[in-house]
Amino acid sequence: MQNDNLVEIEDVAFGYGARPVLKGINLTAKRGQVVAIMGSSGCGKTTLLRLIGGQIKAGQGVVRVAGESLGELDQAGLYRLRRKMGMLFQFGALFTDISVFDNVAFQLREHTDLPEDAIRDLVLMKLHAVGLRGAAHLMPAELSGGMARRVALARAIALEPMLVMYDEPFAGLDPISLGVTGNLIRRLTDTLGLTSLVVTHDVQESLKIVDYIYFVSEGVIVAEGTADDIRASGLPYVHQFVHGEADGPVPFHYPAPSYVDDLRLGAERA
Amino acid sequence: MSTTFGWERSVLRRSIENLGQRTIQGVWRIGFAARFFLATLLHSGTAFRRFGLTIREIYFSGVLSLIIILVSGLFVGMVLGLQGYETLQTYGSEEALGVLVALSLVRELGPVVAALLFASRAGSAITAEIGLMKATEQLSAMEMMAVDPIARVVAPRFWAGVISMPLLAALFSAMGIFGGYLVGVQLIGVDEGSFWSQMQSAVDFEQDILNGVIKSVVFGIAITAIALFEGYDAPPTAEGVSGATTRTVVTSSLVVLALDFVLTAFMFRGLN
Repeated sequence: MQNDNLVEIEDVAFGYGARPVLKGINLTAKRGQVVAIMGSSGCGKTTLLRLIGGQIKAGQGVVRVAGESLGELDQAGLYRLRRKMGMLFQFGALFTDISVFDNVAFQLREHTDLPEDAIRDLVLMKLHAVGLRGAAHLMPAELSGGMARRVALARAIALEPMLVMYDEPFAGLDPISLGVTGNLIRRLTDTLGLTSLVVTHDVQESLKIVDYIYFVSEGVIVAEGTADDIRASGLPYVHQFVHGEADGPVPFHYPAPSYVDDLRLGAERA
Repeated sequence: MSTTFGWERSVLRRSIENLGQRTIQGVWRIGFAARFFLATLLHSGTAFRRFGLTIREIYFSGVLSLIIILVSGLFVGMVLGLQGYETLQTYGSEEALGVLVALSLVRELGPVVAALLFASRAGSAITAEIGLMKATEQLSAMEMMAVDPIARVVAPRFWAGVISMPLLAALFSAMGIFGGYLVGVQLIGVDEGSFWSQMQSAVDFEQDILNGVIKSVVFGIAITAIALFEGYDAPPTAEGVSGATTRTVVTSSLVVLALDFVLTAFMFRGLN
Protein backbone atom coordinates (compact mmCIF):
# COMPACT_ATOMS: atom_id res chain seq x y z
CA MET A 1 0.00 0.00 0.00
CA GLN A 2 1.33 3.42 -0.90
CA ASN A 3 1.82 5.77 1.99
CA ASP A 4 -0.42 8.80 1.76
CA ASN A 5 2.27 11.06 3.17
CA LEU A 6 5.06 11.96 0.77
CA VAL A 7 7.11 13.88 3.32
CA GLU A 8 7.24 12.93 6.99
CA ILE A 9 9.32 14.76 9.53
CA GLU A 10 9.39 13.33 13.02
CA ASP A 11 10.86 15.12 16.01
CA VAL A 12 13.68 16.67 13.98
CA ALA A 13 16.29 18.89 15.61
CA PHE A 14 19.17 20.62 13.90
CA GLY A 15 21.72 23.27 14.79
CA TYR A 16 24.56 25.14 13.12
CA GLY A 17 27.45 24.65 15.55
CA ALA A 18 26.17 25.37 19.04
CA ARG A 19 23.20 27.42 17.78
CA PRO A 20 20.04 25.31 17.60
CA VAL A 21 17.82 26.19 14.64
CA LEU A 22 15.16 23.50 14.78
CA LYS A 23 14.11 21.98 18.08
CA GLY A 24 11.81 19.03 17.56
CA ILE A 25 9.72 19.58 14.43
CA ASN A 26 6.88 17.30 13.36
CA LEU A 27 5.43 17.82 9.91
CA THR A 28 3.81 15.84 7.12
CA ALA A 29 2.91 16.68 3.54
CA LYS A 30 0.27 14.54 1.85
CA ARG A 31 0.57 13.62 -1.81
CA GLY A 32 -1.08 16.12 -4.14
CA GLN A 33 -1.15 18.92 -1.58
CA VAL A 34 0.38 22.36 -1.48
CA VAL A 35 1.80 22.73 2.01
CA ALA A 36 3.18 26.03 3.27
CA ILE A 37 5.81 26.47 5.95
CA MET A 38 5.62 29.97 7.32
CA GLY A 39 7.51 31.96 9.87
CA SER A 40 9.53 35.10 10.22
CA SER A 41 12.95 35.45 8.60
CA GLY A 42 15.64 33.32 10.19
CA CYS A 43 13.28 30.92 11.97
CA GLY A 44 14.70 27.84 10.24
CA LYS A 45 12.33 27.44 7.28
CA THR A 46 15.05 27.16 4.67
CA THR A 47 16.98 24.80 6.94
CA LEU A 48 13.92 22.56 6.90
CA LEU A 49 13.95 22.45 3.08
CA ARG A 50 17.67 21.67 3.06
CA LEU A 51 16.96 18.78 5.46
CA ILE A 52 14.26 17.40 3.17
CA GLY A 53 16.57 17.77 0.17
CA GLY A 54 19.25 15.87 2.09
CA GLN A 55 21.77 18.72 1.80
CA ILE A 56 22.18 18.63 5.57
CA LYS A 57 21.52 15.80 7.99
CA ALA A 58 19.26 16.08 11.01
CA GLY A 59 21.00 15.94 14.39
CA GLN A 60 18.01 14.13 15.83
CA GLY A 61 14.78 12.64 14.48
CA VAL A 62 13.79 11.20 11.11
CA VAL A 63 13.17 12.86 7.74
CA ARG A 64 11.33 10.55 5.35
CA VAL A 65 10.57 11.23 1.71
CA ALA A 66 8.48 8.68 -0.20
CA GLY A 67 9.03 6.25 2.66
CA GLU A 68 12.83 6.49 2.55
CA SER A 69 14.68 7.80 5.56
CA LEU A 70 17.19 10.39 4.35
CA GLY A 71 19.59 9.79 7.25
CA GLU A 72 20.16 6.21 6.13
CA LEU A 73 20.85 6.89 2.44
CA ASP A 74 24.35 7.00 0.96
CA GLN A 75 25.21 9.53 -1.74
CA ALA A 76 24.03 7.31 -4.58
CA GLY A 77 20.71 6.69 -2.81
CA LEU A 78 20.33 10.38 -2.09
CA TYR A 79 20.99 11.32 -5.72
CA ARG A 80 18.48 8.68 -6.85
CA LEU A 81 15.86 10.21 -4.57
CA ARG A 82 16.73 13.75 -5.62
CA ARG A 83 15.87 12.95 -9.22
CA LYS A 84 12.30 12.75 -8.00
CA MET A 85 12.56 16.14 -6.28
CA GLY A 86 12.61 19.60 -7.73
CA MET A 87 13.73 22.67 -5.90
CA LEU A 88 13.09 26.30 -6.67
CA PHE A 89 15.74 28.45 -5.05
CA GLN A 90 15.00 31.91 -3.73
CA PHE A 91 16.42 33.79 -6.70
CA GLY A 92 16.10 30.97 -9.19
CA ALA A 93 19.77 29.90 -9.12
CA LEU A 94 19.76 29.57 -12.92
CA PHE A 95 23.07 28.69 -14.54
CA THR A 96 24.11 32.08 -15.83
CA ASP A 97 26.47 30.82 -18.53
CA ILE A 98 23.83 28.93 -20.52
CA SER A 99 20.51 29.98 -22.11
CA VAL A 100 17.03 29.51 -20.69
CA PHE A 101 16.54 26.54 -23.00
CA ASP A 102 19.76 24.86 -21.85
CA ASN A 103 18.90 25.52 -18.22
CA VAL A 104 15.63 23.64 -18.55
CA ALA A 105 17.30 20.94 -20.63
CA PHE A 106 20.12 20.53 -18.07
CA GLN A 107 18.65 17.63 -16.08
CA LEU A 108 17.28 15.91 -19.17
CA ARG A 109 20.75 15.91 -20.70
CA GLU A 110 22.45 14.85 -17.47
CA HIS A 111 20.10 12.06 -16.47
CA THR A 112 18.53 10.70 -19.64
CA ASP A 113 19.69 9.41 -23.01
CA LEU A 114 16.88 11.13 -24.86
CA PRO A 115 17.69 12.31 -28.39
CA GLU A 116 18.02 16.07 -28.83
CA ASP A 117 14.69 16.24 -30.71
CA ALA A 118 12.79 14.78 -27.77
CA ILE A 119 14.64 17.05 -25.33
CA ARG A 120 13.69 20.05 -27.45
CA ASP A 121 10.00 19.13 -27.35
CA LEU A 122 10.03 18.46 -23.60
CA VAL A 123 11.83 21.70 -22.82
CA LEU A 124 9.41 23.73 -24.93
CA MET A 125 6.47 22.03 -23.20
CA LYS A 126 7.84 22.87 -19.76
CA LEU A 127 8.55 26.44 -20.81
CA HIS A 128 5.07 26.70 -22.27
CA ALA A 129 3.62 25.57 -18.94
CA VAL A 130 5.25 28.55 -17.22
CA GLY A 131 4.40 30.88 -20.11
CA LEU A 132 7.97 31.44 -21.27
CA ARG A 133 8.27 29.39 -24.45
CA GLY A 134 9.07 32.60 -26.29
CA ALA A 135 12.00 33.31 -23.96
CA ALA A 136 13.81 30.03 -24.65
CA HIS A 137 16.70 31.71 -26.47
CA LEU A 138 17.34 34.39 -23.81
CA MET A 139 20.21 34.30 -21.34
CA PRO A 140 19.36 34.37 -17.59
CA ALA A 141 20.82 37.88 -17.30
CA GLU A 142 18.15 39.15 -19.71
CA LEU A 143 15.25 37.94 -17.53
CA SER A 144 13.34 39.85 -14.87
CA GLY A 145 13.23 38.41 -11.34
CA GLY A 146 9.77 36.91 -11.84
CA MET A 147 10.69 35.39 -15.19
CA ALA A 148 13.89 33.90 -13.78
CA ARG A 149 11.87 32.20 -11.09
CA ARG A 150 9.42 30.79 -13.63
CA VAL A 151 12.30 29.42 -15.70
CA ALA A 152 13.70 27.87 -12.53
CA LEU A 153 10.29 26.34 -11.93
CA ALA A 154 10.27 24.89 -15.46
CA ARG A 155 13.73 23.50 -14.75
CA ALA A 156 12.58 22.03 -11.42
CA ILE A 157 9.71 20.12 -13.07
CA ALA A 158 11.73 19.00 -16.10
CA LEU A 159 12.08 15.42 -14.88
CA GLU A 160 8.48 15.27 -13.62
CA PRO A 161 9.33 15.08 -9.93
CA MET A 162 6.91 13.94 -7.25
CA LEU A 163 7.93 16.70 -4.84
CA VAL A 164 8.74 20.33 -5.59
CA MET A 165 10.14 22.60 -2.89
CA TYR A 166 9.94 26.36 -3.15
CA ASP A 167 12.24 28.60 -1.15
CA GLU A 168 10.54 31.99 -0.80
CA PRO A 169 8.93 31.93 -4.26
CA PHE A 170 7.15 35.24 -3.64
CA ALA A 171 10.05 37.30 -2.31
CA GLY A 172 10.68 40.52 -4.20
CA LEU A 173 8.01 40.08 -6.88
CA ASP A 174 5.61 42.72 -8.21
CA PRO A 175 1.88 42.06 -7.61
CA ILE A 176 1.31 40.62 -11.09
CA SER A 177 4.27 38.22 -10.95
CA LEU A 178 3.16 37.35 -7.43
CA GLY A 179 -0.26 36.25 -8.63
CA VAL A 180 1.22 34.45 -11.63
CA THR A 181 3.68 32.52 -9.46
CA GLY A 182 1.01 31.58 -6.91
CA ASN A 183 -1.35 30.33 -9.58
CA LEU A 184 1.42 28.38 -11.27
CA ILE A 185 2.31 26.56 -8.08
CA ARG A 186 -1.31 25.54 -7.57
CA ARG A 187 -1.94 24.64 -11.20
CA LEU A 188 1.25 22.61 -11.67
CA THR A 189 0.60 20.74 -8.43
CA ASP A 190 -2.88 19.77 -9.61
CA THR A 191 -2.13 18.99 -13.25
CA LEU A 192 1.16 17.12 -12.72
CA GLY A 193 0.03 15.40 -9.53
CA LEU A 194 2.94 16.86 -7.57
CA THR A 195 3.30 17.61 -3.93
CA SER A 196 4.46 21.16 -3.26
CA LEU A 197 6.23 22.43 -0.19
CA VAL A 198 6.32 26.21 -0.07
CA VAL A 199 8.53 28.05 2.37
CA THR A 200 7.37 31.63 2.55
CA HIS A 201 6.50 34.57 4.71
CA ASP A 202 3.95 35.96 2.26
CA VAL A 203 0.74 35.13 4.13
CA GLN A 204 -1.88 36.65 1.89
CA GLU A 205 -0.57 35.09 -1.33
CA SER A 206 -0.09 31.66 0.18
CA LEU A 207 -3.45 31.56 1.97
CA LYS A 208 -5.02 31.71 -1.51
CA ILE A 209 -3.33 28.61 -2.85
CA VAL A 210 -2.32 26.24 -0.06
CA ASP A 211 -4.06 23.23 1.45
CA TYR A 212 -2.27 23.18 4.76
CA ILE A 213 -0.03 25.56 6.68
CA TYR A 214 2.60 25.12 9.36
CA PHE A 215 3.85 28.07 11.37
CA VAL A 216 7.43 27.80 12.62
CA SER A 217 8.76 30.07 15.32
CA GLU A 218 12.04 29.71 17.19
CA GLY A 219 12.58 26.20 15.90
CA VAL A 220 9.21 24.68 16.79
CA ILE A 221 5.82 24.43 15.09
CA VAL A 222 3.58 26.91 16.88
CA ALA A 223 0.44 26.49 14.80
CA GLU A 224 -0.92 24.45 11.91
CA GLY A 225 -4.12 24.06 9.96
CA THR A 226 -5.94 24.80 6.72
CA ALA A 227 -6.13 28.31 5.32
CA ASP A 228 -9.49 28.86 7.01
CA ASP A 229 -8.17 27.58 10.36
CA ILE A 230 -5.31 30.02 10.15
CA ARG A 231 -7.47 33.01 9.24
CA ALA A 232 -9.72 32.24 12.19
CA SER A 233 -6.88 31.44 14.56
CA GLY A 234 -6.87 33.25 17.89
CA LEU A 235 -3.22 32.45 18.65
CA PRO A 236 -1.36 35.74 19.27
CA TYR A 237 1.63 34.74 17.09
CA VAL A 238 -0.52 33.72 14.12
CA HIS A 239 -2.65 36.83 14.53
CA GLN A 240 0.41 39.06 14.51
CA PHE A 241 1.82 37.28 11.48
CA VAL A 242 -1.36 37.17 9.40
CA HIS A 243 -2.17 40.81 10.09
CA GLY A 244 1.42 42.01 9.87
CA GLU A 245 1.47 43.81 13.21
CA ALA A 246 4.77 45.42 14.18
CA ASP A 247 4.74 44.32 17.81
CA GLY A 248 3.35 41.28 19.54
CA PRO A 249 4.76 37.91 20.59
CA VAL A 250 7.53 38.64 18.08
CA PRO A 251 8.98 41.85 19.52
CA PHE A 252 10.04 44.80 17.39
CA HIS A 253 13.30 45.13 19.33
CA TYR A 254 16.19 42.72 19.15
CA PRO A 255 16.98 41.61 22.75
CA ALA A 256 19.08 44.34 24.40
CA PRO A 257 19.85 45.67 27.87
CA SER A 258 17.41 48.20 29.21
CA TYR A 259 17.28 51.40 27.14
CA VAL A 260 17.86 53.57 30.21
CA ASP A 261 20.97 51.57 31.14
CA ASP A 262 22.32 51.65 27.57
CA LEU A 263 22.07 55.44 27.36
CA ARG A 264 23.53 55.69 30.88
CA LEU A 265 20.71 57.91 31.96
CA GLY A 266 20.32 56.20 35.32
CA ALA A 267 24.02 56.55 36.22
CA GLU A 268 24.09 60.32 35.82
CA ARG A 269 20.97 60.83 37.87
CA ALA A 270 22.32 58.70 40.73
CA MET B 1 48.03 47.05 40.55
CA SER B 2 46.38 43.71 40.60
CA THR B 3 43.72 44.88 38.08
CA THR B 4 46.40 45.92 35.58
CA PHE B 5 47.99 42.52 35.92
CA GLY B 6 44.61 40.84 35.43
CA TRP B 7 43.99 42.88 32.29
CA GLU B 8 47.37 41.93 30.83
CA ARG B 9 46.74 38.32 31.63
CA SER B 10 43.41 38.34 29.85
CA VAL B 11 44.97 39.95 26.76
CA LEU B 12 47.68 37.30 26.78
CA ARG B 13 45.12 34.56 27.16
CA ARG B 14 43.01 35.94 24.34
CA SER B 15 45.96 36.17 21.98
CA ILE B 16 46.99 32.60 22.77
CA GLU B 17 43.40 31.51 22.21
CA ASN B 18 43.39 33.39 18.92
CA LEU B 19 46.62 31.77 17.84
CA GLY B 20 45.27 28.35 18.72
CA GLN B 21 42.05 28.96 16.86
CA ARG B 22 43.86 30.20 13.77
CA THR B 23 46.15 27.18 13.83
CA ILE B 24 43.23 24.79 14.13
CA GLN B 25 41.43 26.60 11.31
CA GLY B 26 44.56 26.50 9.17
CA VAL B 27 45.04 22.78 9.69
CA TRP B 28 41.35 22.16 9.08
CA ARG B 29 41.54 24.11 5.83
CA ILE B 30 44.56 22.14 4.63
CA GLY B 31 42.68 18.93 5.38
CA PHE B 32 39.62 20.20 3.55
CA ALA B 33 41.78 21.23 0.58
CA ALA B 34 43.38 17.78 0.47
CA ARG B 35 39.99 16.06 0.56
CA PHE B 36 38.73 18.43 -2.13
CA PHE B 37 41.72 17.64 -4.36
CA LEU B 38 41.22 13.92 -3.82
CA ALA B 39 37.50 14.17 -4.59
CA THR B 40 38.33 16.06 -7.78
CA LEU B 41 40.66 13.27 -8.91
CA LEU B 42 38.16 10.55 -7.96
CA HIS B 43 35.31 12.29 -9.81
CA SER B 44 37.33 13.00 -12.94
CA GLY B 45 35.53 10.34 -14.98
CA THR B 46 33.00 12.81 -16.35
CA ALA B 47 35.74 15.21 -17.48
CA PHE B 48 37.06 12.53 -19.84
CA ARG B 49 33.85 10.68 -20.69
CA ARG B 50 32.24 13.92 -21.77
CA PHE B 51 35.36 15.57 -23.09
CA GLY B 52 33.28 18.37 -24.59
CA LEU B 53 32.93 19.82 -21.09
CA THR B 54 36.72 19.91 -20.70
CA ILE B 55 37.24 21.33 -24.21
CA ARG B 56 34.89 24.19 -23.34
CA GLU B 57 36.97 24.99 -20.26
CA ILE B 58 40.21 24.71 -22.25
CA TYR B 59 38.75 27.44 -24.44
CA PHE B 60 38.00 29.67 -21.44
CA SER B 61 41.23 29.22 -19.53
CA GLY B 62 43.63 28.29 -22.34
CA VAL B 63 42.55 29.89 -25.58
CA LEU B 64 41.42 33.14 -24.01
CA SER B 65 44.81 33.42 -22.24
CA LEU B 66 46.63 33.22 -25.57
CA ILE B 67 46.91 36.96 -26.23
CA ILE B 68 48.54 37.84 -22.91
CA ILE B 69 50.81 34.78 -23.11
CA LEU B 70 51.94 35.40 -26.70
CA VAL B 71 52.51 39.13 -26.31
CA SER B 72 54.38 38.68 -23.03
CA GLY B 73 56.46 35.89 -24.55
CA LEU B 74 57.43 38.10 -27.47
CA PHE B 75 58.53 40.97 -25.26
CA VAL B 76 60.37 38.80 -22.77
CA GLY B 77 62.26 37.22 -25.69
CA MET B 78 63.07 40.62 -27.18
CA VAL B 79 64.41 41.89 -23.87
CA LEU B 80 66.44 38.69 -23.48
CA GLY B 81 67.89 39.35 -26.93
CA LEU B 82 68.98 42.85 -26.01
CA GLN B 83 70.33 42.03 -22.56
CA GLY B 84 71.97 38.82 -23.71
CA TYR B 85 73.72 40.53 -26.59
CA GLU B 86 75.05 43.26 -24.27
CA THR B 87 76.63 40.71 -22.00
CA LEU B 88 77.79 38.21 -24.61
CA GLN B 89 79.53 40.73 -26.87
CA THR B 90 81.92 41.70 -24.06
CA TYR B 91 83.22 38.12 -24.30
CA GLY B 92 83.03 38.12 -28.09
CA SER B 93 80.58 35.27 -28.14
CA GLU B 94 77.43 36.94 -29.44
CA GLU B 95 76.73 33.88 -31.67
CA ALA B 96 75.71 32.11 -28.47
CA LEU B 97 72.74 34.47 -28.18
CA GLY B 98 70.40 31.80 -29.55
CA VAL B 99 71.51 29.35 -26.86
CA LEU B 100 71.08 31.89 -24.10
CA VAL B 101 67.60 32.92 -25.22
CA ALA B 102 66.40 29.36 -25.81
CA LEU B 103 67.75 27.87 -22.60
CA SER B 104 66.47 30.65 -20.35
CA LEU B 105 63.04 30.40 -21.91
CA VAL B 106 62.65 26.66 -22.17
CA ARG B 107 64.06 25.87 -18.75
CA GLU B 108 62.84 28.76 -16.62
CA LEU B 109 61.08 31.76 -18.04
CA GLY B 110 58.64 29.86 -20.24
CA PRO B 111 57.10 27.67 -17.54
CA VAL B 112 57.41 30.21 -14.70
CA VAL B 113 56.27 33.44 -16.38
CA ALA B 114 53.53 31.64 -18.30
CA ALA B 115 52.37 30.10 -15.01
CA LEU B 116 52.33 33.47 -13.24
CA LEU B 117 50.33 34.95 -16.12
CA PHE B 118 48.03 31.93 -16.15
CA ALA B 119 47.42 32.31 -12.41
CA SER B 120 46.40 35.92 -12.76
CA ARG B 121 44.45 35.54 -16.01
CA ALA B 122 42.75 32.15 -15.71
CA GLY B 123 43.17 31.23 -12.02
CA SER B 124 41.44 34.38 -10.81
CA ALA B 125 38.62 33.87 -13.32
CA ILE B 126 38.08 30.28 -12.18
CA THR B 127 37.92 31.32 -8.51
CA ALA B 128 35.52 34.17 -9.17
CA GLU B 129 33.28 31.99 -11.33
CA ILE B 130 33.06 29.10 -8.87
CA GLY B 131 32.70 31.50 -5.92
CA LEU B 132 29.82 33.31 -7.59
CA MET B 133 28.20 30.03 -8.61
CA LYS B 134 28.26 29.11 -4.95
CA ALA B 135 27.02 32.52 -3.80
CA THR B 136 24.08 32.42 -6.22
CA GLU B 137 23.21 28.85 -5.13
CA GLN B 138 23.99 27.40 -8.57
CA LEU B 139 26.13 24.69 -6.98
CA SER B 140 23.36 23.84 -4.49
CA ALA B 141 20.85 23.79 -7.34
CA MET B 142 23.08 21.36 -9.20
CA GLU B 143 23.33 19.12 -6.14
CA MET B 144 19.57 19.19 -5.75
CA MET B 145 19.28 18.10 -9.38
CA ALA B 146 21.33 15.05 -8.46
CA VAL B 147 24.35 16.30 -10.41
CA ASP B 148 27.64 16.27 -8.51
CA PRO B 149 29.23 19.74 -8.86
CA ILE B 150 32.69 18.28 -8.29
CA ALA B 151 32.29 16.00 -11.29
CA ARG B 152 30.35 18.44 -13.48
CA VAL B 153 31.97 21.81 -12.66
CA VAL B 154 35.25 21.28 -10.83
CA ALA B 155 36.89 18.29 -12.56
CA PRO B 156 36.55 19.58 -16.17
CA ARG B 157 38.08 22.92 -15.13
CA PHE B 158 40.90 21.12 -13.34
CA TRP B 159 41.87 18.99 -16.30
CA ALA B 160 41.44 21.91 -18.68
CA GLY B 161 43.99 23.84 -16.62
CA VAL B 162 46.38 20.90 -16.47
CA ILE B 163 46.19 20.45 -20.25
CA SER B 164 46.37 24.17 -21.11
CA MET B 165 49.34 25.09 -18.95
CA PRO B 166 52.12 23.18 -20.80
CA LEU B 167 50.72 24.26 -24.15
CA LEU B 168 50.72 27.89 -23.07
CA ALA B 169 54.24 27.58 -21.68
CA ALA B 170 55.43 26.05 -24.98
CA LEU B 171 53.83 28.87 -26.95
CA PHE B 172 55.37 31.41 -24.58
CA SER B 173 58.82 29.93 -25.16
CA ALA B 174 58.31 29.76 -28.93
CA MET B 175 57.22 33.39 -29.07
CA GLY B 176 60.14 34.34 -26.82
CA ILE B 177 62.66 32.65 -29.09
CA PHE B 178 61.10 34.42 -32.04
CA GLY B 179 61.41 37.73 -30.12
CA GLY B 180 65.05 37.01 -29.39
CA TYR B 181 65.60 36.23 -33.08
CA LEU B 182 63.92 39.48 -34.13
CA VAL B 183 66.12 41.58 -31.89
CA GLY B 184 69.32 39.57 -32.09
CA VAL B 185 69.40 38.64 -35.79
CA GLN B 186 67.15 41.11 -37.56
CA LEU B 187 67.86 44.22 -35.51
CA ILE B 188 71.37 43.84 -34.16
CA GLY B 189 72.74 41.61 -36.87
CA VAL B 190 73.97 38.47 -35.10
CA ASP B 191 74.75 35.76 -37.65
CA GLU B 192 71.55 33.89 -38.37
CA GLY B 193 73.18 30.55 -39.08
CA SER B 194 75.09 30.39 -35.81
CA PHE B 195 72.06 31.73 -33.87
CA TRP B 196 69.96 28.72 -34.88
CA SER B 197 72.64 26.04 -35.17
CA GLN B 198 74.19 26.75 -31.76
CA MET B 199 70.69 26.71 -30.28
CA GLN B 200 69.95 23.35 -31.91
CA SER B 201 73.12 21.72 -30.68
CA ALA B 202 72.95 23.12 -27.14
CA VAL B 203 69.31 22.50 -26.27
CA ASP B 204 68.78 18.93 -25.11
CA PHE B 205 65.36 17.40 -25.53
CA GLU B 206 65.27 15.48 -22.26
CA GLN B 207 67.29 17.79 -20.02
CA ASP B 208 65.79 21.06 -21.18
CA ILE B 209 62.55 20.70 -23.04
CA LEU B 210 61.06 17.74 -21.20
CA ASN B 211 61.99 19.17 -17.81
CA GLY B 212 60.36 22.46 -18.81
CA VAL B 213 57.21 20.59 -19.80
CA ILE B 214 57.19 18.69 -16.49
CA LYS B 215 57.51 21.98 -14.65
CA SER B 216 54.59 23.53 -16.49
CA VAL B 217 52.39 20.48 -15.88
CA VAL B 218 53.15 20.68 -12.14
CA PHE B 219 52.43 24.42 -12.16
CA GLY B 220 49.18 23.77 -14.01
CA ILE B 221 48.07 21.26 -11.37
CA ALA B 222 49.00 23.62 -8.53
CA ILE B 223 47.39 26.77 -9.96
CA THR B 224 44.15 25.14 -11.05
CA ALA B 225 43.75 23.17 -7.82
CA ILE B 226 44.32 26.32 -5.73
CA ALA B 227 41.94 28.39 -7.88
CA LEU B 228 39.19 25.77 -7.73
CA PHE B 229 39.55 25.23 -4.00
CA GLU B 230 39.53 28.95 -3.21
CA GLY B 231 36.39 29.39 -5.28
CA TYR B 232 34.65 26.40 -3.73
CA ASP B 233 35.62 27.47 -0.22
CA ALA B 234 34.82 31.18 -0.69
CA PRO B 235 32.29 32.68 1.72
CA PRO B 236 29.16 33.35 -0.38
CA THR B 237 29.42 37.14 -0.24
CA ALA B 238 30.91 39.85 -2.48
CA GLU B 239 33.71 40.34 0.03
CA GLY B 240 34.28 36.59 0.31
CA VAL B 241 34.64 36.10 -3.44
CA SER B 242 36.95 39.08 -3.87
CA GLY B 243 39.14 37.86 -1.00
CA ALA B 244 39.26 34.37 -2.49
CA THR B 245 40.26 35.73 -5.91
CA THR B 246 43.13 37.71 -4.38
CA ARG B 247 44.25 34.66 -2.39
CA THR B 248 44.26 32.55 -5.57
CA VAL B 249 46.65 34.91 -7.35
CA VAL B 250 48.92 35.45 -4.35
CA THR B 251 49.04 31.82 -3.18
CA SER B 252 49.44 30.26 -6.59
CA SER B 253 52.16 32.73 -7.62
CA LEU B 254 54.15 31.97 -4.48
CA VAL B 255 53.57 28.24 -4.87
CA VAL B 256 54.77 28.40 -8.49
CA LEU B 257 58.00 30.14 -7.48
CA ALA B 258 58.62 27.77 -4.58
CA LEU B 259 57.88 24.69 -6.69
CA ASP B 260 60.14 26.03 -9.42
CA PHE B 261 63.05 26.18 -7.02
CA VAL B 262 62.43 22.66 -5.74
CA LEU B 263 61.97 21.20 -9.22
CA THR B 264 65.04 22.98 -10.59
CA ALA B 265 67.11 21.72 -7.68
CA PHE B 266 66.13 18.15 -8.53
CA MET B 267 66.31 18.41 -12.32
CA PHE B 268 69.57 20.23 -12.94
CA ARG B 269 71.52 19.10 -9.90
CA GLY B 270 73.97 16.89 -11.75
CA LEU B 271 74.29 18.90 -14.95
CA ASN B 272 77.66 20.51 -14.44
